[in-house]
Amino acid sequence: MSVNPKKNQVDRTAFSVAFTVGLYGAAFGAAGVTAGFSILQTCLLSILLFSGASQFAVVGIMGAGGAAISAIATATLLGFRNTLYGLQMAPILKVKGIKRVLAAQITIDESTAVATLQDNDEDRKRGFYLTGIGVYVFWNLFTFLGALGASAIGDPSVWGLDAAVPAAFLGLIWPRIKNKVQFLVSGIAIAWALLLTPVTPAGIPIITTVVLAIIFGAKK
Amino acid sequence: MSAIWIAVLGASLTAFLNKYIGHSVPEKWLNRPVFVRINALVPIVLLSALVGVQTFTDEKEIVIDQRAAGVFVALVALKFKAPFPLVVISAAITSAAVYNWF
Repeated sequence: MSVNPKKNQVDRTAFSVAFTVGLYGAAFGAAGVTAGFSILQTCLLSILLFSGASQFAVVGIMGAGGAAISAIATATLLGFRNTLYGLQMAPILKVKGIKRVLAAQITIDESTAVATLQDNDEDRKRGFYLTGIGVYVFWNLFTFLGALGASAIGDPSVWGLDAAVPAAFLGLIWPRIKNKVQFLVSGIAIAWALLLTPVTPAGIPIITTVVLAIIFGAKK
Repeated sequence: MSAIWIAVLGASLTAFLNKYIGHSVPEKWLNRPVFVRINALVPIVLLSALVGVQTFTDEKEIVIDQRAAGVFVALVALKFKAPFPLVVISAAITSAAVYNWF
């Protein structure tokens, strides 16, 4: 164990973030099985895709009867912020080859957030890797437990899982809504999706809300 | 291959490409202010739409059932800064109670 107090602080932050976020994995595991994914398919999303919001989107859209292409497109758009995180992290990590592949896989909200909290590149690197690897381990572990738990349950409505899934989404959006415009855009997106649901194929009401992000993001 | 498998593998591939490209392209290509602003709104609109659809629809119909009660309680929990697990569990308990007893 390190005796450097600064390192200990980075380690502690990384661990507490990794564990707390990892718990979301149980909600995802349950959501996957509730949406009709097998335990294997649910766990593979956590292993391979490894980006919470995109994973929830894939199971949410497929569960609602959407086409694979809508699920993929929505997940890809949601994952684009990881591209921006990669841009931020690359000059700090300076990795190539297989190390870059591994660093890319753990480039998510949490690893980037912990890294950017630090005040020098050594701690940024340490924060990034510890948080990324930590979230990966706990997220996958809890995904499996959540999927296993949900598959032991018959009708998801009896246990309230049908409401737990949108509640989990809500928990993901909540910290992102910081001003009135974002709150308004969120409300319009909900109205838009509900209005389109009766008249368009599943998945379309969700992916087309990107138009709202472009309209509101382009002005001001 | 079933649609679910295509979605799992396809979304996993594009997710990785998103991450890898960020580590591999010059920064000036992607960090234009308008791009960053739009990108900040993308998760908000997509996830809000998902909440709406998962709470208020059944197939192609708009319905108000036990899920709305559960999500409303989750909203209240978030408003009072409850931790994530409590938000999810309170929604589940509320929804289950309405479903089983009403």
